[in-house]
Amino acid sequence: MTAISLPARSRLDQRAARRALALLLLAAAAITYVVFRNTWTLPHNDDEPLFRTLNGVRDFVDENRTVLESIRLAIGSIVDGFDFVIASLGWPGIIGVSGALGLLFGGWRVAALTMTGFASLGVLGLWDESMATLGLMLAAVILALAIGIPIGILAGRSKRVSAVLAPILDVMQILPTFAYLTPMTLLFFIGAAPSVVATLIYAIPPAIRITALGIQGVPAASVEAAMSLGSTNRQVLSKVQLPLARRAIGLGINQSIMMALSMVVITAMIGAPGLGRNILSAVQRVDVGVAFDAGLAIVILAIILDRVTYAAGEWLDPRAAIRSQRSARQRLMGRFGVVALVAIGLVAPLAIDATRFPSDIQFSFRGAVNESVSWFTDTFTGVTLAIKNIATNLILNPLESVLTSSPWWLVVAVVAVIAWYLSGRRASIWAGICLTLIVVLGLWEHSMATLANVLVGTALTLIIGVAVGILTARSDNLRAVLRPILDAAQTLPAFVYLIPALALFQPTRFTAVVAAVIYAVPPVIRLVDAGIRSVPATVVEAATMSGATERQLLWKVRLPLSLRALLLAANQGIVLVLAMVVIGGLVGAGALGYDVITGLAQGKDFGKGLAAGAAIVLLGIMLDRITQGAGTRRRTTIAKAG
Amino acid sequence: MQQNRWARWFAGVAVISLILVGCARSSGTTPSPAASQGGGASAPASASTGPAASEAVAPATCEGAGDKGSVKMMVNEWVGAAANVAVAQCLLQQMGYKVENSTLAEEVAWQGFATGEVDVILENWGHPALEKKYITDEKLAVDDGPMGVQGIIGWYVPKWMVDKYPDITDWNNLNKYADQFKTSESGDKGQFLGASPAFVQYDEALIANLGLNYKVVFSGSEAASITAFQEASKNQTPLIGYFYDPQWLLNEIELVQVKLPPWTEGCDADLKKVACDYPAYTLNKIVRTEWKDAAGDAATFIKNFNWKNADQNSVADAITNKAMKELDAAKVWIDANPQVWQAWMP
Repeated sequence: MTAISLPARSRLDQRAARRALALLLLAAAAITYVVFRNTWTLPHNDDEPLFRTLNGVRDFVDENRTVLESIRLAIGSIVDGFDFVIASLGWPGIIGVSGALGLLFGGWRVAALTMTGFASLGVLGLWDESMATLGLMLAAVILALAIGIPIGILAGRSKRVSAVLAPILDVMQILPTFAYLTPMTLLFFIGAAPSVVATLIYAIPPAIRITALGIQGVPAASVEAAMSLGSTNRQVLSKVQLPLARRAIGLGINQSIMMALSMVVITAMIGAPGLGRNILSAVQRVDVGVAFDAGLAIVILAIILDRVTYAAGEWLDPRAAIRSQRSARQRLMGRFGVVALVAIGLVAPLAIDATRFPSDIQFSFRGAVNESVSWFTDTFTGVTLAIKNIATNLILNPLESVLTSSPWWLVVAVVAVIAWYLSGRRASIWAGICLTLIVVLGLWEHSMATLANVLVGTALTLIIGVAVGILTARSDNLRAVLRPILDAAQTLPAFVYLIPALALFQPTRFTAVVAAVIYAVPPVIRLVDAGIRSVPATVVEAATMSGATERQLLWKVRLPLSLRALLLAANQGIVLVLAMVVIGGLVGAGALGYDVITGLAQGKDFGKGLAAGAAIVLLGIMLDRITQGAGTRRRTTIAKAG
Repeated sequence: MQQNRWARWFAGVAVISLILVGCARSSGTTPSPAASQGGGASAPASASTGPAASEAVAPATCEGAGDKGSVKMMVNEWVGAAANVAVAQCLLQQMGYKVENSTLAEEVAWQGFATGEVDVILENWGHPALEKKYITDEKLAVDDGPMGVQGIIGWYVPKWMVDKYPDITDWNNLNKYADQFKTSESGDKGQFLGASPAFVQYDEALIANLGLNYKVVFSGSEAASITAFQEASKNQTPLIGYFYDPQWLLNEIELVQVKLPPWTEGCDADLKKVACDYPAYTLNKIVRTEWKDAAGDAATFIKNFNWKNADQNSVADAITNKAMKELDAAKVWIDANPQVWQAWMP
C-alpha cells in the first residue's frame, strides 16, 4: 500500500512546491515593480533605427523587382483566367454549372441550395463583387492545393518531414491575418496578386495537415498487402494510399476553401477586389447595413462552398460508392439533371443578358438594418458609453499602465514564470524569446498595450463562452437554436464585427475588445459544450447517486472532467482575440494594429508597420505556447494520475 | 460500355443545346446590351427635373455597353471622393467605358500607377514625395490639372466652444483647455481626435513641436469623426480634432477652425519638425501615363472633369444622409446639372 501511495504523495508535494515557488516569485515581482516602477521602460518611438532600416529594405526591393514582378504577373494571370471563366459563364452559367456540380456530388438538395444561394447573391445586388471574391479565392485555393497536397503526401509518408513541418504549420495557423498584409505589399504591391499569396499562406496548413493525416490513416495492413504483392513505392501511393485518403483530401480542400474565404475578404485592405471592399467601405462610413448585406453574401458563399466541397469529398470516397443505395434509375435521372442544368446555364446567354444580373429583382437589408441600428444606438448610447468608460477606466487602463510602466525585464521575467508554471520549461523559454525579440523590434510599449487588450478580451471571452457553453451542454433546444447563429458567426470574416461594435462604443480600445469577444466566443462555446457533453454518463450518474447537487455536479464533476476542452478553448480564444484586437486598429484601438495600418497607408511608416506585423506574430506565438502547453501539461498529469 | 454511355450523354447535351439555341434565335430576343443605353437617350429621362434644353437630357441610367475600354478609378476613403468617382463613373459608363473602382489608402493608391491597378485618382491632396517619384522620376503618372475643388485641412472645434471660450481658436491657448478634452483613451492629456491614419496629416508632430499637452487618438475613419463632431455639437461636449473642407457636415453644423502658426512655403518640408498649419490645397487629378495615352475620349473627359465644392457636397450628402447608392446619387446631380458636365464631354 505504501508502495502505491508514495509516488502519489511526492507528486502532490511537487505540485504544492511548484505553486509555492510561483507565488513567491510573483510576490517578488510585485515588490520589484513597486521599487523600479517607471524605470527601464521602453516608450514608443516612431523613428526607431530599425524602422528606417526596414524602409531601406523596401527601397531595395523596389529597385530589384524582376523575379517578384514575374511571380506577380503569373499569379495575376491565373486570377484573370478564373475571372474570364466566371465572366464568360455569366450569371446563368454559374448558377447552372454550380447546380450541376451540387447535383452530381450531393443530389437535388445540394443542387437547390447552391442555385438559390447564387441567385440570392444577385438579388442582394452583389453579383459582381461575389464573383470577384470567388475568382480570387479559387485561384488561391488551387495554388494552395497544388502546393499543399504534395507536401501533405510527403509528410504522410515520412515521419521526418512531418516532424519538421509540424511547428511551421503551427505558427502559420496562429498567424493573425493582419500580420501578413504589409510583407505582401512589399513583395507584390497591391491588388489581386498579393491578395492571392496572403490567402494561399493562410489556406495551405489545413490542406497539408489533413492530407498527411489521410495518408497516415490508410491501414498499414493495406499498404503491406500491396507491398507483399510486389507493388513499387509509386504504385502503393497511387493505387492504395491516395485512393483511400481521397475523402480526407476532400475534407482538406473544404477546410482550405473556408480559410481562404475569410482571408480573401480581409485582403481588400491591400487592394483586392470583391466583397471585402464593400465591408471596408462600410467600416469607413460606419454603415452597418452595407456591411450586413456584404456579410450575408459571404455567409451564403461559404455555405455553398462548404456543402458542395463536403459532398464532393463524400462522392470521391471509393467506400461511399458501395454504401450508396441509389438505384440505376435515380442515377440516370441525376445524370440527366446535371447535363440539363449545364446546358440551360450555357445556352441562356443567347436569350438573356448574362453579363449583368437583372437589377429589377433586387433586395437589400441596408435600410432596415441601419434604421434598427440607429434606433438602438440612440436609445442605448448612454448605457454603452458608460460600460465602455467603466471597463476602460477600471480594467483596461490600469492593466495597460502596469504593463507599460514596469521595467521591461520584469515583464519578461514574470511572463516567463507564468509560462513555466502553466506549461513548463519549454513554453517559458519560448515566451522569453518572443518578448525579448519584441524589445529588439522597438515596439515594446505598443505590444504591451495590445497585450492588455488581448488579456481583457480573453477574460471576457472565456467568461461568456464558458457560461453559454455550460447552458447549451445542458439544453439540446438551446444548442439547436444557437447552432446556425454560431455557424454564421464563424464564417463571417473578422472585420465585419468591427462595425456594430463601432456603432455602439465609438472608436476606442474597448470597441476592439468587444469585436474580439464577438469573434472569439462562438468556437469557445463549441469547445466547452463538446467538452462537458463528453463527460461519461456513468460518472455523472455515479455522482448523482452519491447525492451531489446540480451545482456540485457542475463544479466537481463536469468542469474538472472537461478541463482539457476548457484549456483548448482558452488557447483558441486567446489566439482569435489577438487576431481581432489588432484589426481593431481600424476603429481606434491603436497600438500594434494601428501601426500595421499606418504602415500600409503611409510610405514613411512602412518599416514600423512591417515590424508591428512581426511583433503581432511574436505575441501570438507566445500566447499560444503558454496556453497550449497548459493543455498538454494538465493532460499528462491527469493521464498519469488516472 | 462506360465510354459508350458518356458518348450518349454528350450527344444529348449537344441536341438540347442546339434546340435551345434555335428557340433563342427564332424568337429574336438577343438584345445587345447597348440597346438599353442607346434607346434611353430619347424619352424617359425628360420626366426628371431637367431644366436644360433637349440636348442636355441625360440617359436614364448609368449603364452602357462597356466596350470602349476600361477605366480603373481610385476611390479615396472620404465620401467626397466617392462622389467624384460616382459622377465620373456614371458618365463614363454612358459613354461606353467599363469602370472599375478600388478603395485604397491615399498613398497606397499611387502604387497602382506602377501595377496598372489604378488609372485615375480624381482627388489628390498634395503628396509631393509621391509626385516626385511617380511623375517626375519614373514618369508612370501625370498631373492632369485641378479638379475644381479647394481643400482645407485643419484643427476644428464645435461652435459652442468658441461661444463659451472665445480664445480657444488660438493654438497658444490650447493647453489651458487640455483638461476639458480628456477621455478614457487619452490618459492625463487632452484628446485630439485624428481621423483615418491614411489621410494627409502631421498632427502628432505638430502637437509635439508646438509643446501642446494633447494626445492624438484616431477615430479610424471619416464617418467616425463625423459622428464625434455631431455628438459634440448636439450635446455640447468638448471636442477638438482633424477635419477638412469640403465635407457635407460643414453645411449641417458649424465647426470653427483653430488658428495654428500660418503655413509658409517649405515649413512642412520636414514632417518631423513641422510647426505650421496645413497649406490650402488645390486638389488635382493624377492619371496613369500609359492609360492616358491609350484611353482616347475617356482621357479627355477626365482632363476636363472639374466641379465645385458645392457640387461635391450635394452628391456626398445624398450618398450619406439619403442612403442612396453612389450611382443613384450621381444620377440625380447629373440630371440637375447638365451645363456642368457637358463641358467635360470630348
